[in-house]
Amino acid sequence: MTEVPVWLALFWQFFLLCCISVGGTNTVLPDMHRFVVEEHAWITDRQFADLYALAQAAPGPNALWVTLVGLQIAGWQGAAATTLALLIPSTALSFAAIALHTRRPHSRFGIALRRGIAPIAVGLMFSSGWLLLRSASEQWQGYALTLVAFVAVLRTRLNPLWLIAGGAACGVAGFV
Amino acid sequence: MLAPLEIFLTFARVGISGFGGVNFWMRRVLVQEKRWLTDGEYVEGLAMGQLIPGPNVYNLTVMLGHRFGGALGAWAAIAGLFLPPLAVVIALGLLYRHFSALPMVQAALRGMTFIVAGLLLANAVALARPLPRRLAPWLFLALTFAGVGLLHWPLILVMGALAPFAVAAAWREAGSQRRPGA
Repeated sequence: MTEVPVWLALFWQFFLLCCISVGGTNTVLPDMHRFVVEEHAWITDRQFADLYALAQAAPGPNALWVTLVGLQIAGWQGAAATTLALLIPSTALSFAAIALHTRRPHSRFGIALRRGIAPIAVGLMFSSGWLLLRSASEQWQGYALTLVAFVAVLRTRLNPLWLIAGGAACGVAGFV
Repeated sequence: MLAPLEIFLTFARVGISGFGGVNFWMRRVLVQEKRWLTDGEYVEGLAMGQLIPGPNVYNLTVMLGHRFGGALGAWAAIAGLFLPPLAVVIALGLLYRHFSALPMVQAALRGMTFIVAGLLLANAVALARPLPRRLAPWLFLALTFAGVGLLHWPLILVMGALAPFAVAAAWREAGSQRRPGA
């Protein structure tokens, strides 16, 4: 069997997974983990978790952690491979959806699809917030921080970046 | 139509502000600050973003960029959302290759996580407001939260089970709106 370059193997596997990642890349995270950590042992469990945390803490879409995984495994080629594998399916399918919508903007099915899925999308956002809260801690201090952020965003004009900076400071200070 | 540069700069601000994820900032900047679309339109776009494979905020970015400025607008939005954060993330990744222990980042992330949870919940409340005051949308919202948030069932199963019924309910509703009194 001929040896496939690591970046190409990464690209192909991540591309296939991203093509089926309805609901976001987090849904295929376990499969990506199995591929790079368990099957190929290109990175360790600890590195995988660290890179995920790094991408979460950094600004920008959380899905950018796939770039970090590629970079860690195969340098620049790896970073390009995983990033393109992430973006190509999404971009192509989004443009396809736009084309369908442009052709028949008021089709009954299109309207039903958007309006029908909308409450599910909102339910998922409630779930994300809730799961983040539960995953981080069971301590009251954490819940207090969440409550402060929730109320401040709904009731004040404070720039939420201050809240995020404050949260990070609380973490570093050991408050939560 | 908006100028590609303005679209680029706006989405760049969304991307670079998005510590802990950009979902919150997308609505904050586009709906609240710029008023380029309403909450109702935003949530419909988000729904489509969920259905298309890949990061839902990314899919939403492509669709909104296109809506604001055509194909060029879509590419401007993609570049704005992705390129500045990509540079930051790659810089962090290179640092990580040299200093692989990062207890401080993890401590900071822990604190940030609670804040981001609060931001997302506030966002969800704001997006739930424009939903029609009928049983079906709120039932599907509650079932989604129960399945994914409380019972920890796989998202794809919950969506797969609920989406056909949710769309069917909206289909009936759309039909009855089209023919008043029917």
